[in-house]
Amino acid sequence: MNETPPVLELRGITKQFPGVLANDHIDFDLRRGEVHALLGENGAGKSTLMSILYGLYTADSGQILMNGKPVTISSPKHAIELGIGMVHQHFMLIPVMTVTENIVLAQEPTHAGVLLDEKAAEKRVADVARTFNFAVDPHARIQDITVGQQQRVEIMKALYRNADIVILDEPTAVLTPQEANELFEILRTLTREGISVIFISHKLNEVLEIADRISVLRRGKLVETIPREGATEAGLARSMVGREVLLRVEKKPAQPGEPLLQVDDLVVRDDRGLEAVRGVTFDVRTGEIVGIAGVDGNGQSELIDALTGLRHPASGRIVIAGRDLSNATARQALDAGMGHIPEDRHRRGLVLDFNLAENLVLHDYGKEPFSYLGWVNPRRWLRWARGLLTEFDVRGGGPTTRGGSLSGGNQQKVVVAREVSRDPSVLIAAQPTRGLDVGAIEFVHRRLVEQRDAGKAVLLVSLELEEIVSLSDRILVLYEGRIVAEFPPDVSEEELGFAMVGGRRSEEAA
Amino acid sequence: MSEAATPPPPLESDPESYAPSVAKRLAFYQRAGGIITPFLTAVFAFFMGGVVVAATGHNPGAVYKAVFEGAGLNWFFHFGNYHIDIPFTNHQVWFWWNTSTNTTAAYNLTQTLLTTTPLILTGLAVAFAFRCGLFNIGGQGQYLVGAIVGVYVGSRFVDMAHIPHVLLAIALASLAGAVWGGIAGFLKATVGAHEVITTIMLNWIAYWGGSYFFGRGGPLQNHQDVSIPISDDIAKGAHLSPIWGNPALQALHSGIFIAIGALIAFYIILNRTTLGYEVRAVGFNPEAARYGGISVGRNFVIAMGISGLFAGLAGVIDILGWQFRLGVLDVQVSNIGFIGIAVALLGRNTAVGVGLAALLFGALLTGTSTRSLDPNIFPPQLAGNLALMIQALVLLFVGADLLIIYIWQARKKLRLTRGGAKAAEEPA
Repeated sequence: MNETPPVLELRGITKQFPGVLANDHIDFDLRRGEVHALLGENGAGKSTLMSILYGLYTADSGQILMNGKPVTISSPKHAIELGIGMVHQHFMLIPVMTVTENIVLAQEPTHAGVLLDEKAAEKRVADVARTFNFAVDPHARIQDITVGQQQRVEIMKALYRNADIVILDEPTAVLTPQEANELFEILRTLTREGISVIFISHKLNEVLEIADRISVLRRGKLVETIPREGATEAGLARSMVGREVLLRVEKKPAQPGEPLLQVDDLVVRDDRGLEAVRGVTFDVRTGEIVGIAGVDGNGQSELIDALTGLRHPASGRIVIAGRDLSNATARQALDAGMGHIPEDRHRRGLVLDFNLAENLVLHDYGKEPFSYLGWVNPRRWLRWARGLLTEFDVRGGGPTTRGGSLSGGNQQKVVVAREVSRDPSVLIAAQPTRGLDVGAIEFVHRRLVEQRDAGKAVLLVSLELEEIVSLSDRILVLYEGRIVAEFPPDVSEEELGFAMVGGRRSEEAA
Repeated sequence: MSEAATPPPPLESDPESYAPSVAKRLAFYQRAGGIITPFLTAVFAFFMGGVVVAATGHNPGAVYKAVFEGAGLNWFFHFGNYHIDIPFTNHQVWFWWNTSTNTTAAYNLTQTLLTTTPLILTGLAVAFAFRCGLFNIGGQGQYLVGAIVGVYVGSRFVDMAHIPHVLLAIALASLAGAVWGGIAGFLKATVGAHEVITTIMLNWIAYWGGSYFFGRGGPLQNHQDVSIPISDDIAKGAHLSPIWGNPALQALHSGIFIAIGALIAFYIILNRTTLGYEVRAVGFNPEAARYGGISVGRNFVIAMGISGLFAGLAGVIDILGWQFRLGVLDVQVSNIGFIGIAVALLGRNTAVGVGLAALLFGALLTGTSTRSLDPNIFPPQLAGNLALMIQALVLLFVGADLLIIYIWQARKKLRLTRGGAKAAEEPA
């Protein structure tokens, strides 16, 4: 396959943004029928490069060649005409329309140029589905199908427009492990049919599983392009971050003490009034990390909300250090020593329009020394913020920088800094590394272990199996609102994954 | 203007934040626009108004000059026959046409400031709620409630000394406004009733309440003359002291200091108190505020209460300052609370912005009133409409900020294509 001419070649692509060189003379080529992974930390320049390829930006210099001929891509429409399809991280589908309607949208086959030719549309969609072996009901509405299926619809949309290059932007970020495997199956089918795939990711294991070649970007520069054979996770991580990274958290054995957080037969209803948590009982002792594993939507969010006072439980008890906090408000939970790294830092963890100093006092603005008798002390905030930003190595801004202008990893560091600096006795970390790159993940993990070693009770809720397994001292599996299994940390991912989908409904963990 | 123009991020961390969503970009330009977008908004509104004036066969330049003078703003300038003095200097600008004007500038200016005073307060009433994420349409009702209570307290307790009487009237009236606003906040916090709906309903309650109180046979109707639907006059002792002009001709009263004080209080509350921190947190992101331990519902009530307090203050100050009585007609034609919405929008819900926008609208309303505008230059029956039109255009353009932002961006893009390096410094 080495002798085939590249279907796409980028030569010396350079893009300058105010104050930063987002792409610095990047060379990249894509061969027919291969999966070429583009790996890099947040902010390494992956999205910029793909935006240039997709006609959203124009490069300051450099050349794009398709099948050996130079092209200028002026708009996404133009990119589609050239056979480039892009599947964004956030899907561009219309929920109330059917799969077929979404796929043909804007390129509908018509009668006399006006009326939708439904038969022709269905036939062409069915053709695409057959060729590439897609299993999606063409008549289902988008809102009724799973996220994984929606992603397939996005891919079909690109194929329907005769794309022979498909760009996938962090495609597995929204998928369960099973769905990710199905996606990889689809990608293999695509490449067999001669479609070339650019796979953007910062997850090393996935890249190693699916890619034929891997290009690593760091700070706008291409570090290396290597074939999968011979690539290792450690080597890729080093290229991405520019230093050695501990992929596996180093930690001493736990020394658990007294139970600090006790949850007894807790029942929590979701927004629709249905029982999302159905009688959960567990405790977290000082000096241990308890991991809660589970597929998304099995009651994790409701459980966390109840523990942190953001949602009143329907019944059951929550006790922290002997204090009953079953019906506590968020303020009472905070004052009782609860720390909470929320799962969504944009929706909840940060006020994006506040500056970092204001965000860092989000819980304690009303307490001395941050304020006195209702009067705030902004100078004290700034000093406090400067200290924390240095200590937690937050880059990209100072105390007066808007929260929303930081990168995801740095935003998460701000959240972690705030929660840890309050010195909580119980720390609940919900998806603490979602969307972070390896460097930031290592940072967050180290902080969580530090908290454990400082004698805190840490509850880790995550959808990432690897994270759960590597951090936790005990693992509970939440399935359909119940704890269906408890494992020691040396459990295999297969066994854990099996329990997560309800495979083993053994004795309820007490 | 605490958060007026936060520049974009130092970028070394994340160049990819440069492909943000449309909404994010909009939010950014709203901030970055700072003084520019509201200024352009006003300029556009006046320009379009000028086009309409021209379409009616009049000279827009002459009309705007007349409005300017009608508002008394020429008081700041010394107008010679062919030159204008630059204020506070010895320099002059020369013109080739006759620039001399009439001598009523000082009087007109007092009238402009008289209108600006309540506009500042009703503008703040809208702006404060906005900062908590609430759209207070109820400034008008809260203003009326303040005025009604002001008339009541002012016309009773006639034996009270001047200062206590004024303070009592102001305290009770602003409290009434606060309760009126607080009701909407309370309903939002408890049953989730949308504040736009409830404040509109409360406006009508105030409207018909006032019409009943001062109407014939109503409990607050004039005791001397039962044939007119107007309240008793308030006691002389409850008048705010005049500070500029002839009291017989509606002098400017000390209420303007209260309004300026309210601007300062607005800024301090928002930026220097824990209450303001909570209000802003709820306004920006209620979910994050809740997570931070802030009671969102409580802040809805407080923010609407403070909003109502500002509007109620406007009502009582107008009564004690120059109206001295309130009639059914006053209740029914008053729209000062509604203009407050335009003031707040144009002023971007900041203290400085509201002050400036209130002055602009005060000048516009005074300058286009039939009293001030020379009928030879613009027909008086159209003059009031000009003010309404410009007001509407401001609202339209503020609402259609997108357009201005678009032009702003287009200008930048143009530069970007001409020369990338220079545009690099631009977004700050």
